[in-house]
Amino acid sequence: MMRELKILAVVVFFTLVIYWGVEPYAHSQMHAHVESGNFEYKDLPEVAKGDVAKGKELVMSNCTACHSIDAENMPAPMDALTSSASYGVNPPDLSNMGAILDAKYLAAFIADPAKAAKVSHKFTDGKSHPMPSYNWMPKEDIESIVSYLQSIAPKEITPKEAFTTACGRCHAARYDGKVLGKKWTQIGDKPKFKYEKDSLAYDIKVIEYQDNLKKYMGKLPPDLSIIIRARGHHFLETFIENPQSQLHGTAMPAVGLSEEGFEKVMQHLENIGDPSKPTRDSLGVWFLLYTVIFAILAYLWKQSVWRKLH
Amino acid sequence: MSDNVNRRDAMGMALGACAAVGGVYSLVGMKKAWDPLPSVKAAGSTVVETSNLEENVIITEKWRGKPVFILRKTAEMVAKSSSNDKARDVIIDGKAHLVCVGLCTHLGCIPAYRKDKKDFLCACHGAEYDASAINTKAPAPLPMLIPPFKIDGTKLILGEAGPEYEKMKAAGVLGSTPLDPKA
Amino acid sequence: MAHFDENAKPFSEQWLDDRIGIRTLTRVLSTEYWIPKNINFLWAMGMLLAITFGMLLISGIFLLMYYKPDTALAFDSVNYTIMQEVGFGWLFRHIHGVAASVVFLLIYIHMFTGIYYGSYKKGREMIWISGMLLFVTFSAEAFSGYMLPWGQMSYWAGMVITNLFSMGSLELNGVVEWIRGDYVPGDAFLSRFFMLHVLLMPLIIIAIIVVHFGTLRIPHVNNQEGEEIDFDIEAEKYLSGDTKNAKIIRFQWDFLAKDFMVLGFFLILFFYLVFYHYDFAMDPVNFDPADGLKTPPHIYPEWYFLWSYEILRPFSKDIGLIAFAFAQVIFVLLPFLDRSPNTIPAHKRGLFFVWFWALLIDMIILSVMGKVPPEGSFNTIGLYSALTFIGLWVILPIITKMEKKK
Repeated sequence: MMRELKILAVVVFFTLVIYWGVEPYAHSQMHAHVESGNFEYKDLPEVAKGDVAKGKELVMSNCTACHSIDAENMPAPMDALTSSASYGVNPPDLSNMGAILDAKYLAAFIADPAKAAKVSHKFTDGKSHPMPSYNWMPKEDIESIVSYLQSIAPKEITPKEAFTTACGRCHAARYDGKVLGKKWTQIGDKPKFKYEKDSLAYDIKVIEYQDNLKKYMGKLPPDLSIIIRARGHHFLETFIENPQSQLHGTAMPAVGLSEEGFEKVMQHLENIGDPSKPTRDSLGVWFLLYTVIFAILAYLWKQSVWRKLH
Repeated sequence: MSDNVNRRDAMGMALGACAAVGGVYSLVGMKKAWDPLPSVKAAGSTVVETSNLEENVIITEKWRGKPVFILRKTAEMVAKSSSNDKARDVIIDGKAHLVCVGLCTHLGCIPAYRKDKKDFLCACHGAEYDASAINTKAPAPLPMLIPPFKIDGTKLILGEAGPEYEKMKAAGVLGSTPLDPKA
Repeated sequence: MAHFDENAKPFSEQWLDDRIGIRTLTRVLSTEYWIPKNINFLWAMGMLLAITFGMLLISGIFLLMYYKPDTALAFDSVNYTIMQEVGFGWLFRHIHGVAASVVFLLIYIHMFTGIYYGSYKKGREMIWISGMLLFVTFSAEAFSGYMLPWGQMSYWAGMVITNLFSMGSLELNGVVEWIRGDYVPGDAFLSRFFMLHVLLMPLIIIAIIVVHFGTLRIPHVNNQEGEEIDFDIEAEKYLSGDTKNAKIIRFQWDFLAKDFMVLGFFLILFFYLVFYHYDFAMDPVNFDPADGLKTPPHIYPEWYFLWSYEILRPFSKDIGLIAFAFAQVIFVLLPFLDRSPNTIPAHKRGLFFVWFWALLIDMIILSVMGKVPPEGSFNTIGLYSALTFIGLWVILPIITKMEKKK
């Protein structure tokens, strides 16, 4: 009995050594650990509450030339595809920004989009960010814009809305809606078409948008359907907060999500990429309970059989 | 000694029972893997625009992978209908139509519509149906099945159960039970 | 015509015995298949391997119902249809992936148990050889299976391993293209590896398993002291009732009872991994769809191939291939390289005991080096470990020849 336990200890020891070497240790050598900033944006200046009415005035006169605001029934000046030809990407609707973006980030972004998004390295040789800088505006005005955007934002936002607002203009997600025969594309949820011709026409629009996006970004941002399993929680958290920390030189902008905004986006990524996780976690308990019972019964049977053999 | 044998047998049987329970649950899981997938069940509905239908010209739509016949009846056809026939008419925009799954209730071939005779003949084994798809000749055992449908103006939506469908269901004329074509 | 008992009821024991010798079969294969009593839990690895192989077969059958062997459809057929739509599809996939990795842990434990206790010597050479053939066929099965999800790792592993067949300086690029059926791993490559994984390799594996069992029957299972047992005398003792002093036990149910107990504990670990800790078996890199225009920053094979992969790496292309081929083949030759006449456990064999642990530790170091990026001191350690591996096999005949007969 003692000998068997000693042998077991040796087997377990060497198994754990090889596991440690090949998994945690090797992976630590392949990727340096990046600390999370917990979406506190410590490097950005504080933002005070502004005047909502003044903010609305400023937004209407400065922003609606490019941005739609569904909450105020302001339509987009151009459709998504035409916008992408002009700007590289479709300017987002502003209704949800106050709900998912950090206020400090919003202010910094309005003042200098490329700097706040940490993509200044892309705009050299006379190229400039499609959205102009508003650093000529007084600080109180920018704060008023932020307050206005927060006032029109919904109190509760669904994970899908957070995702489409923060990520959906660059990233497709073919698994999103697949069960109903639909999918998320950069220009919106592709509906189900009765006639193949209409379906193909929509696909062509998406491809043209993606071509414009590819020209603007350098390469097509990947489909995010299963990114939750391809990268994992920690990588995505640090990457989304500051893409440069994980992929130095990347064209992906720092999106400026608040902590709640990030949690909502992650929830959507879990929903489309790993929907069986809750079942897996709960069913696992039952499986383990069963195997423990099986092991105990097998042990008792073995003891009773071997009583006459020892 | 025999106590030990009994205990051994009892423990063996207990383990066997535990293994059997695991086996049964595994079989349940395996059965579920064969179930139709959610995307198949979320087949959704097919919308058919009926405003341009010609009389006595049969069109075939697809719903859940199956053919669905839609036939606009002429006034003559309506006049010659039995009361069971009339009970199965789908009235869209004041006009009478046949709407049914275009599969023979014998073994599933697609019956052909005969324009001149205003009936259906199934080439596989010779079954025949009248203009309301009620079976008139063996080996067809039942009328062709009327699928769930809803009427929205001139649009016919296959796959959703509207009030007219529910009425037909209550009257037992959908085709799940035999009907007399002459009654 | 054989003798038939007229009064035997159909499908009764007598009826079956008259026709297929069921009583003899039962005696030879279970109730009087004598196993030494002096064994430990490591002797249950064979049963664990059989059960794990069974789990791979059954989970594989359900995956096979929905998998699409087409480069445009494969990735989503696995990661969407099976993982998200099929009832318990995620469970079948997790079981299959984890079992494929765990089966190699069991194979290595089983193999090293055999090396330690000398279960490859005198009379048991064919058990060892058929076992090593199973190692090779399981490796081919695992590699072909890994291609199927058509993720980034599938594609680039396929690219790298098929490139090996250019045979270094021989530059047999035609051979490489023939294996792939294309210039790069593509549709033809995927579907032929699907054929190998789903039909040909499983049939070959099952056939070799039958041979493995067949070659074990006459020499009998070994024991912890390597003692030569007179099975006839011990069987008499057992059958006369002296089961406590007999040195042997029945396969059914004595040996099986211990097997099932070890199996029970194993299943707890196995299902814990399936549900809660599976990244080691389902590497995140393979959740990126295959892209022929982009190599991942780090490519590596599954853990069980790492030691072998690392032997290839430190040397120049040709030398590396030769070393790699050496590493695959050398284990098969163990019964013939070990020149000692003793069938006893390693701790009684002096230098061989040292050799055993040196080999095990060397292969673990090789595995870790095979995973880490090939830079700086890792390269040096990898080189010396590869040289040590070759050196150990070279000195094996020498140190075993020196062993005194015990």
